[in-house]
Amino acid sequence: MDILHILLTDSFWAAALRIATPLIFGVLGALICEKAGVLNLGIEGIFAAGAMAGWMAVWLGAGLWGGLLVAAIVGGGFGLMHAILTVPLGLSQHVSGLGITMFATSLSYFIYRTALPQVTSPPRITPFQPLDIPILSDLPFLGPVLFQQTAMTWLALFMVALVWWVLNRTPLGMALRAVGDNPDAVDAQGLSVYGLRMGAIVAGSALMALGGAFLTMSAFDAFFFGMVNGRGWICIALVIFASWRPGKALLGALLFGAFDAFQVRLQTEVGAFVPSQVFLMAPYVLSLVALVIVARRAEYPAALLQPWFKGQR
Amino acid sequence: MTNHLVLSLNNLSKRFGTIVANDAVSIELHRGEVLSLLGENGAGKTTLMNMLFGHYLPDSGTVDVADEAGVMWPLTLGHPQAALAAGIGMVHQHFTLAANLSALDNILLGSESLLSWRQNRHAARAKILGIMDRSGLTAPLDERVGNLSVGERQRVEILKALYHDVRILVLDEPTAVLTPQEADTLFENIGAMTKDGLSVIFISHKLREVLAFSNRIAVLRHGKKVGEIATDTADETAIARLMVGADTPAVPRPAMQPGAPVLALSGVTVKSDNARNSLRAVDLVVHGHEVVGIAGVSGNGQSALAALISGLATPDQGEMSVDGIQITRFNPQNLLKVGIGRIPEDRHHDGVIGAMSVSENLIVERLSDPDIQKNGFLRRDAIRAHAAQLCQDYDIRGPGPEAKARLLSGGNIQKLILARVFECSPRLILANQPTRGLDLGAASEVGRRLLEARHRGAGVLLISEDLDEVLALSDRIIVIHDGQLIEADTKDRAAIGLMMAGENA
Repeated sequence: MDILHILLTDSFWAAALRIATPLIFGVLGALICEKAGVLNLGIEGIFAAGAMAGWMAVWLGAGLWGGLLVAAIVGGGFGLMHAILTVPLGLSQHVSGLGITMFATSLSYFIYRTALPQVTSPPRITPFQPLDIPILSDLPFLGPVLFQQTAMTWLALFMVALVWWVLNRTPLGMALRAVGDNPDAVDAQGLSVYGLRMGAIVAGSALMALGGAFLTMSAFDAFFFGMVNGRGWICIALVIFASWRPGKALLGALLFGAFDAFQVRLQTEVGAFVPSQVFLMAPYVLSLVALVIVARRAEYPAALLQPWFKGQR
Repeated sequence: MTNHLVLSLNNLSKRFGTIVANDAVSIELHRGEVLSLLGENGAGKTTLMNMLFGHYLPDSGTVDVADEAGVMWPLTLGHPQAALAAGIGMVHQHFTLAANLSALDNILLGSESLLSWRQNRHAARAKILGIMDRSGLTAPLDERVGNLSVGERQRVEILKALYHDVRILVLDEPTAVLTPQEADTLFENIGAMTKDGLSVIFISHKLREVLAFSNRIAVLRHGKKVGEIATDTADETAIARLMVGADTPAVPRPAMQPGAPVLALSGVTVKSDNARNSLRAVDLVVHGHEVVGIAGVSGNGQSALAALISGLATPDQGEMSVDGIQITRFNPQNLLKVGIGRIPEDRHHDGVIGAMSVSENLIVERLSDPDIQKNGFLRRDAIRAHAAQLCQDYDIRGPGPEAKARLLSGGNIQKLILARVFECSPRLILANQPTRGLDLGAASEVGRRLLEARHRGAGVLLISEDLDEVLALSDRIIVIHDGQLIEADTKDRAAIGLMMAGENA
């Protein structure tokens, strides 16, 4: 009965959506890159860079939205680096992506340490506050779950719709999907394969950085080392779980958020009998199980991981 | 207005390293005309068209294209977008379609501004339906291209070009993937379109369809234009001589009494998720002194059949034997031991190990042979002598026996494979598309070697999409369609063509 009780509380669902928010940004970003045919394993580092850059911009006096812009630009910059290495130069997407992750993570820590050499407790900023929408936020259940989230959660949900629209309803999205399936088809129509792919990586990486920025500017109010904690990798798995569809990506992120929120609450109920590590592990294990069930039928973008060079056909 | 010039290529040249792909080629095309560009593989046909379409930048030469009013303008070279804007469309040999988009989206790709906020599918659909009406080309517009047949995909490619209002359409070997009947329909459709003023350049190495279908023929050899003829005054043997540069000797094929069965398949079934890769209760016998030709359009089960006989797959049902020995569950190693020699379809990928030397590639199938190794050590001297001998016997040309196999040309890689196979005196030879992509000289060498093996008493199973090749080499012809084998009791092209399309004539 305890378990059922957890699932019925509004705070559980509010937490699930909150935990899912950075994953929504990340999985959309990874999805855009992969739709264009490039795997971006830089995501984990871009999360860290976004978290650091956004937080630091606000700490130095920028507004919250200005901070988000800085995070997106920094993420786009690392994306551009990955794009140059993997698209015109055609280097291994795995190696380049892992390199970006290590570089972006270390650089973020380095800059943080250099800017704040002596602090013992991390300085705090005033983060995004829950949007208290009159009337709607007073609704039973739905009020606390949906209408007391911060603006970033709303931005994430809006991004799901935007990415879906662009991919499925615009000529740009069509070209993007085509370039991830058969770059020759795009080239034959006189469109730029390099331009489309690099643009997708930069845009996707900017989204990933927003996911990182959520951690320091909405979920918490400070930057810690190791705070990304594998969220980027989870997004890579969620893209496959979502079969490269934005709607399913939202579902996957919410599912993971629910697992995570659930394990925290279950811990307080039965924590006396079961070691806490089991609960910490649970969302990852359940994600793997879900992945195994779904991903066997997943249809990969046909040109994913394959470099393309102009004039070779 | 009918016959004015629409396109002129002026002295186009292109080099790739030391190879001259095109040497000062000039060609003119008139309104409503079908010009055939004829030549062997590697004669420079596709390179020439890729320069026209902006995929390659020529080293020298210019291109002039007529605008709608018939005035000639120089074309900016090296930019596909410029060629498209000038009304030139190209249907590539390898389709440039995205399998994950619908046919409609593929046709629309690149036709709208990338910055527009939505697509105008309704107007586009109406325009495409109009084109379909006039040309007779049809394709299901809302189906994902990945689910379409090869013929349908080609029609989508052509519709895509027509949607961009092309006045000049280049077709690169369009019939290579079609049944003879599908090809005839294509020609009819193109005939209808040229009446509306479309000009067509048609690339091919098949003399027969070139003669049947074009107004004018330009022949390329070794990158040079060696002749240009109006089709109604053309003579088949004269053109063939132009193409090849010499008369090709017909391969002599003495009549022979078939011997005992060598390969026997009974009730063999291979199940697959992909219907194109399955076999359904197939019976097949290949005798000694016999070449059995498997004719069919690609993707009807040929690869499943080849995989079985190479030992790369085992049947779900049924039995296979060689000289009476059961081989149903044999692996490739055991199949080599009972005397199966394999000439694989993709010779670069499955036939040789590119990073290893020619001499090493020549011995990879007989590593346990005491001539090659002793107590687990390779006998380098013996291997080197063996390679030198085979390179001479089979005329394998290249940088030498110690050079990496990937440095050889396609024809020489095939000779390497032939040498490896024939040297083991196989009982059965599986030749899967053995002449695909080879020039006529190398192709006739392959044919000669296969008939030599037949003379020696081996059985040959020849799988080919080139019906002319099957007709020329085979004692018996079996048509493969939809995973089933049907013996053709005729050597009539039209009848076999119908069987290839799945219609029992």
